[in-house]
Amino acid sequence: MIRLHPTMLRGLVALILIAAAALPLLAPNYYVQFASKAMLMGMVALSLNLVVGYGGLVSLCHAAFFGLAGYMLGFMTPESGGASFWLSLPVALLAVAVVAAIIGALSLRTRGIYFIMVTLAFGEMLFYLFHDTRIGGGSDGMYIYFKPEIAIAGLPLLDLEQTRSFYWLVLAMLVGAILLIMAIVKSPFGHALQAARDNEKRALSLGFPVFRLRLVAFVVSAMIAGLAGYLSAAQFGFVAPQMLGWHLSATVLVMVVLGGMSSVLGPVIGAFALIGLEEVLKSSFEHWKLIKGLIIIGIVFALPGGIRQLAELLRPRREDDEPVSADPPADPNARRPAAPAAPPKVETKGDFQHV
Amino acid sequence: MSEIMMEARSLHRRFGGLKAVSDVSLAIHRNEVHAVIGPNGAGKSTLINLLSGDIPVSEGEVRLGDHEITELKPNLRAMAGVGRSYQKTTIFMGSTVFENVRLAAQAKSGHALRMLGDVQHDDAVNEAARAAIVATGLQARSGTIARFMSHGEQRQLEIAMVLATDPKVILLDEPLAGMGQAEALRMIALIRSLKQDRGVLLVEHDMDAVFALADRLTVMADGKVIASGSPDHVRNHPAVRMAYLGDHEVAA
Amino acid sequence: MDALTFAVQLLNGLQYGLVLFLVASGLTLVFGILGVINLAHGAFYMLGAYLAWWIAAHTGSFMLALIGGVAISFVLGLLLEEIFVKRMIGRDHLAQVLLSFGLILVIDEVRQILFGKDVHSVAPPAWLKGSIQLTDILSYPVYRIALCVVCLVLAGLIFYMIQRTRLGMIIRAGAENRDMTRALGIPFDKVNRYVFAGGIALAALGGILVSPISTVFPGMGDGMLILSFVVVVLGGIGSVAGAAIGALMIGLTDTFGKVFFPQFSSILIYVLMAGILLWRPNGLMGKGN
Repeated sequence: MIRLHPTMLRGLVALILIAAAALPLLAPNYYVQFASKAMLMGMVALSLNLVVGYGGLVSLCHAAFFGLAGYMLGFMTPESGGASFWLSLPVALLAVAVVAAIIGALSLRTRGIYFIMVTLAFGEMLFYLFHDTRIGGGSDGMYIYFKPEIAIAGLPLLDLEQTRSFYWLVLAMLVGAILLIMAIVKSPFGHALQAARDNEKRALSLGFPVFRLRLVAFVVSAMIAGLAGYLSAAQFGFVAPQMLGWHLSATVLVMVVLGGMSSVLGPVIGAFALIGLEEVLKSSFEHWKLIKGLIIIGIVFALPGGIRQLAELLRPRREDDEPVSADPPADPNARRPAAPAAPPKVETKGDFQHV
Repeated sequence: MSEIMMEARSLHRRFGGLKAVSDVSLAIHRNEVHAVIGPNGAGKSTLINLLSGDIPVSEGEVRLGDHEITELKPNLRAMAGVGRSYQKTTIFMGSTVFENVRLAAQAKSGHALRMLGDVQHDDAVNEAARAAIVATGLQARSGTIARFMSHGEQRQLEIAMVLATDPKVILLDEPLAGMGQAEALRMIALIRSLKQDRGVLLVEHDMDAVFALADRLTVMADGKVIASGSPDHVRNHPAVRMAYLGDHEVAA
Repeated sequence: MDALTFAVQLLNGLQYGLVLFLVASGLTLVFGILGVINLAHGAFYMLGAYLAWWIAAHTGSFMLALIGGVAISFVLGLLLEEIFVKRMIGRDHLAQVLLSFGLILVIDEVRQILFGKDVHSVAPPAWLKGSIQLTDILSYPVYRIALCVVCLVLAGLIFYMIQRTRLGMIIRAGAENRDMTRALGIPFDKVNRYVFAGGIALAALGGILVSPISTVFPGMGDGMLILSFVVVVLGGIGSVAGAAIGALMIGLTDTFGKVFFPQFSSILIYVLMAGILLWRPNGLMGKGN
C-alpha cells in the first residue's frame, strides 16, 4: 500500500475538504443534491461499521434507526412551518437511542447467526409498525413540507431550503461524525470493543464489561444512523416505511464491505462508490437491480477485503511481491501506531489464533 | 498457615447427566502455588472455569478473600482480582506485545467505557503495562507483533497480560503445554515469581514442573478430589498411587 | 366470540402455522447442517408462488403447477448449491448475508423479467373448490382444510425422515456438532446439496400451497423471510421440532392477535420473540440454554 507522509496526508485531507466545500459553488444543483444524498449514506455506512467492523456484530436493523429519526422529524414538523432544529434533532436522536437500547439489549443476548436474525426481525418490527398502523400515514408515508429551521434567538442562521446551505450542513455533520468515530476507535472504549470482537472470552477474563461495551457501541452507532436519517428526511421532504426496511440495511452493509471494514473512512468511500454505481446503472439499464445483485455476489467472492484489495490487485506487480492477500502481513518488528487493524473477517475469532 | 486468597467450597458442575466436577473444595493461599493434577477428563479445566466464572457453578460456593463471588460474572471477577490464562494461548495475535499488555492494564484501570482520549497517552496504564512486561522478561520484545513470536514467548505474553490486571489470584491452565525444555524452564521460573504476594492455582501435566513448583497439591479423578495436601503427603497417598501415578513410578 | 368462531380462528391459526413450519423447517435445516444463513429463503417462497401461477395459467392444472414449481425450485437449489453455497460454507456470516442479499436482487429481477410484477391469484383444483357450510353465515373453504391435511402429512414425513432414516441421522448429528460429524467421514458434500435444495423446495412449496388462498405478489417473500427468522429464533437453530413449536405459536398469535388487537397484531409476534429471548436466548429447543 502507498504510505503517505503525515504532512502530505494532512495536505491531501485539507485539499479534499476545500474541494468538497467548494462543490456547491461550481456544480449544478442536481449534483449538489446527489452529493448530499451520497454523504448521508456515507454517514450510515460509517455508523454501521462501528458495530460491524469494530464490534464484530453483523446488525441488520440500522435502516430502522435511520427511518425512525426521519419519522420523528415528520411528527415534529408543524403544518405551518419548519420544526426547530435545536429541538427536533435531539428529540429524534433520543427516540432512536431509546429504541436502539431496547433492541440492542435483547439482541446482544445472542451471538452469530442469531444476532443477525434477531436484529433483522426487530428492524422489520419497526417497519411494520409504520406500515400497518396509521402512525405516520401507513404504507403511503408522510410529507414533510418544511425543512427544519436553524435559528439563534429568532435569527435564522442557515436556510436549509437552499440546496447549498443544506449541503454544507450535511458536509459538516459528516466530518463531525467521522472525527467522532475516529476518536472512539482510538479511545479506551474503542480498544476494548475491538478486543471483545477478537476474543470475547479473553476480553471478559481481563475484566472488560463486554455486554455493556457492545450495547453502548450499538446505541451510539444507531444515533449516528439516526442523524443521517433525520437529515435525509429533511432533504427529500418525505418519509415512507421503505426507509426502515431491511433492504436498505443490507445495502449499507454492502457499502461497508465494499469500502473495507478495517478503516473509519472505508465505508464512506464504499457508500460513494455504490451510490455512484447505482446512479450509473439506473440511467443505463432497465433491470439495473439484476446487475447490482450480480456485482454484490462478485464482491463477496472476489473482494473479501473491499475496494482496498481491488487497489492492491490493480497495482503494478513488483519482483518482491508476496501473493496478494486481504491483509498484507506486516513487518515482524514493526511497531504499529494506532488501533490493531481490523481483519476482513467478522466472526468473533477475527484477529485471533488459537495455538 | 498463610492467608487464604481464594476458596472453593464443595463445588459441583453437571453437564446434562455428566458430573464434570463434584464436591470439590480447595483453598489457594497467599505466597503459594496450589497445583491441581489428575488424568485427562478429571475436571481440572472445568474447575478453573468455575473459579474464573467462565462457567456457572451448579452447586457450591466460590469465595475471594472475604467475599462470596459465586454469582459474579467473569469480567467482574477479573476486576475483583482473579486473573487467568487459557489452555490455548489467547492473545491478540495482530497486535504488539505492548499493545496486548496495555489492553489488559486498561481493563484494570476501569476506563473501559471512556470514549475520549487516546489510549496511547494514558500514562498510568502505560506504566502498568511496562511493569508487567518487565516482570515477565519481555522488554526486548515490547514492539513485536505477537504472531511473530515463539510459542513460549506467546505464553509469557499471556502471563504478562494477566499480571497487568494486577490480580490477587492467578489461575494457570496448563501453562507449559507444548513447550520445549528451555522454554519450560523459563516458564517455571516465571510462575515461581508470580506467587509473590499472590495465590497461584496451577493445572499442569508436566510432573517435574508440578513437583518443582507446588506448595500444595490436589489430585482429581472423575471430577472428585482424591487427595490433597503437601506434595510429599500426596505423593505417598495410596489412592493417588492407585488412581493416577499407579502405572508409572514417581520420580523421587 | 362463540365456540364455532373460535374453532374457525383456531383452524386458521393452525393452518397458517403449518405453512410457516414448512418454510421455516427448510431454513432451520440449512442453518443447522450447512451453517449458512440464507436471506434468499423468502425469495424462493415468492418464486414458487409465481412459478405456480405461471404454470397454472398455461396448463390450467394446479397439480402440474405444484409438481412443476417444486421440481424447478429443487433443481435451482441444486444448481445454487453447486455454484455459490458450497463456497460459502466456513466463510463468515457477513459474506453469507451479502451473497444471499445479492441473490434476492437477482431473483427479484429475474422474476420481473419472466413474470412481471403484477399481483395474481391461482385457482385451486376444481375438486377442492367450494366451502363447507357451518352455519347460515359461516362457511369454511375446502381448500384450507386440504391445505392443513397436506401440511400435516408433509410435517409427518419430515419428522419421519429426521428421526428414522440414515439421512435424518446424519442431519441430526450435523445439527448437533458440525465439526465432529465432518470428521467422521460422512459424505457431507452430498448431504449439504440435498439439504439445501430440499430447503429451497420447501420454501417454494409453501409459496405454491398458499397461492390459492392469498395473492401472489412481488413482496410476499420478504414478509415470509422475517416470519421464518422469528420461528427459528423461537425454536432454536437446527431444531425441526423447535420450528414446529415456533411456527404454531406464531400462527396462533398472529391469527388471534388480528381478532383481538387488529391495530397491533403485526407487533405481537415480535413481543413474543422478545419474551423468548429474555427467557431462553438460544430458542426453546436450542443448544446451550
